[in-house]
Amino acid sequence: MGFRNDLELISSWIKPNSKVLDLGCGDGYLLKMLAEKKNIKGLGVDNDINKIKLALKKNVNVLQLDLDTGLETFNTQSFDYVVLAQSLQVVKNPDKLIKEMLNIGEEIIVSFPNMGHWRPRLQLFFKGMMPVTDALPFKWFSTPNIHLCTISDFVGFCEEHNLRISQRVIVNKNQKSSLLIKLFPNLFGEVATFRLR
Amino acid sequence: MSLNLKTSVLKVDQPLELKSGKVLKRYELAYETYGVLNNSRDNAVLICHALSGNQHAAGKYKDDDKPGWWDNMIGSGKPIDTDHLFVVSLNNLGGCHGSTGPKSINPETNKIYGSDFPIVTVEDWVNSQSKLMESLGIAKWKFVIGGSLGGMQAFQWTLQFPDKVEKCIIIAAAPKLTAQNIAFNEVARQAIMKDPNWHNGHYLEKNVIPNQGLALARMLGHITYLSDDSMKEKFGRDLQKQKLNFNFDVEFQIESYLRYQGEKFGNSFDANTYLLMTKSLDYFDPIKDFGDDLNTRLSKTCSKYLIISFTSDWRFPPSRSKEIMKLLIHNNKNVSYSEIDSSGGHDAFLMENEDYFEIMRNFISGDNNGV
Repeated sequence: MGFRNDLELISSWIKPNSKVLDLGCGDGYLLKMLAEKKNIKGLGVDNDINKIKLALKKNVNVLQLDLDTGLETFNTQSFDYVVLAQSLQVVKNPDKLIKEMLNIGEEIIVSFPNMGHWRPRLQLFFKGMMPVTDALPFKWFSTPNIHLCTISDFVGFCEEHNLRISQRVIVNKNQKSSLLIKLFPNLFGEVATFRLR
Repeated sequence: MSLNLKTSVLKVDQPLELKSGKVLKRYELAYETYGVLNNSRDNAVLICHALSGNQHAAGKYKDDDKPGWWDNMIGSGKPIDTDHLFVVSLNNLGGCHGSTGPKSINPETNKIYGSDFPIVTVEDWVNSQSKLMESLGIAKWKFVIGGSLGGMQAFQWTLQFPDKVEKCIIIAAAPKLTAQNIAFNEVARQAIMKDPNWHNGHYLEKNVIPNQGLALARMLGHITYLSDDSMKEKFGRDLQKQKLNFNFDVEFQIESYLRYQGEKFGNSFDANTYLLMTKSLDYFDPIKDFGDDLNTRLSKTCSKYLIISFTSDWRFPPSRSKEIMKLLIHNNKNVSYSEIDSSGGHDAFLMENEDYFEIMRNFISGDNNGV
């Protein structure tokens, strides 16, 4: 599954014994894996009670909070890492959230689906309709993804807000890179993962 | 598996120094247990009851028409599963269901304590309960669980005995009462103390009870336990009779319901106990009590916490549970929080609810190599 591979990548960036806050943690898969492999102390946040139930079953500490309002809960620089995996596009104020994340964590990790990929571009160009793809399977009226962006958008955002990108990995939906992705990341990359400080 | 119900009584002959400075020379605690304590004695669960609760939490006695107050939660195959856990449920000190309280005989005067029974606090309860823990040969509770006042008590346990609670579930509680909460309690107390049968709290000596005042207190309390929506759902503006009668008899069904609940409670519960329980709620403020020591205590506690609130609870709304959550997060504790969608108001913690029960079940049975 692409999503889980995405988490494998994030996991590889996290130092052992660190403190990790996972925003939009889902069933707690990443935190569980990190606890087992790297002995981290983790805390998850999700607003879906069914995900909370699954995380509790995995013995992952998890808070049922809304990302749009819940981050005031955390103190400045209280985590080593704050992770936002594939959830940037569902929040009301992504810019505010990223700033809050940078306040809470020493380093933040953000991954998102790339709307600049050629497939959504072609759909919009030829069909003249909002793209519906494997990675973004929802129709315009029922999608939870209200703030989609392209890799170029995100890089521009980081420049505008003076955010330092320490690493970025751009891959296709099978978590593989290629020459084309390296040459034209915003056209051929499907999932982008950034490390920011 | 049957629960083999019986009420036991622990007699404690060591004096208990109370927070007020008074001393109880000896006391008794009435309790029930469900399930079996395992050989390593590490599967024990303490249940803390709320304002008007008692030791009879689960199962049904032969001649009773109703089971214990948390029977939907505790039992074989239920979230607090007595097939695996040894559950201890007791009547708080100052109660009126078998533990030493205002209805007991004061050994110094050989008369009923009445209002001479000293005011006990949540802290005092926890101290008294640690004696029961000792007598049962339990070194550490696997879980301490409670709702409302019981949730506050569960929280207090982890602060007072930081190394004796493995996991703590705090449901529909608050770190302290607000002015509004205290105000409701005060009206309830005034209702009792203004009853012509009050006799300064020594009503039992006169063979009367201030049941009218206690009924009023209960009616008021009951309103705060329900939500506007749940009252609407249950009663709406439904009439007791076919039409309005333009008098002061019961017209609406909600009036009849409250009167019935009040009357039932007024005749079965002890007014002095009610006063005591509301005072212990008012006094509860561990953050202030422990002061600078709170962080030290929290740093010592190895407990893992689950905090649960209910969306329609306006007595202790989710924001109050989040205060506890934040305190624990800021102290780097293992904490989980869930907000259950329910129209049941404060009383939702006693009601069956699929989300609530699954959250409880999963936390309780979650695997043990945790994060």
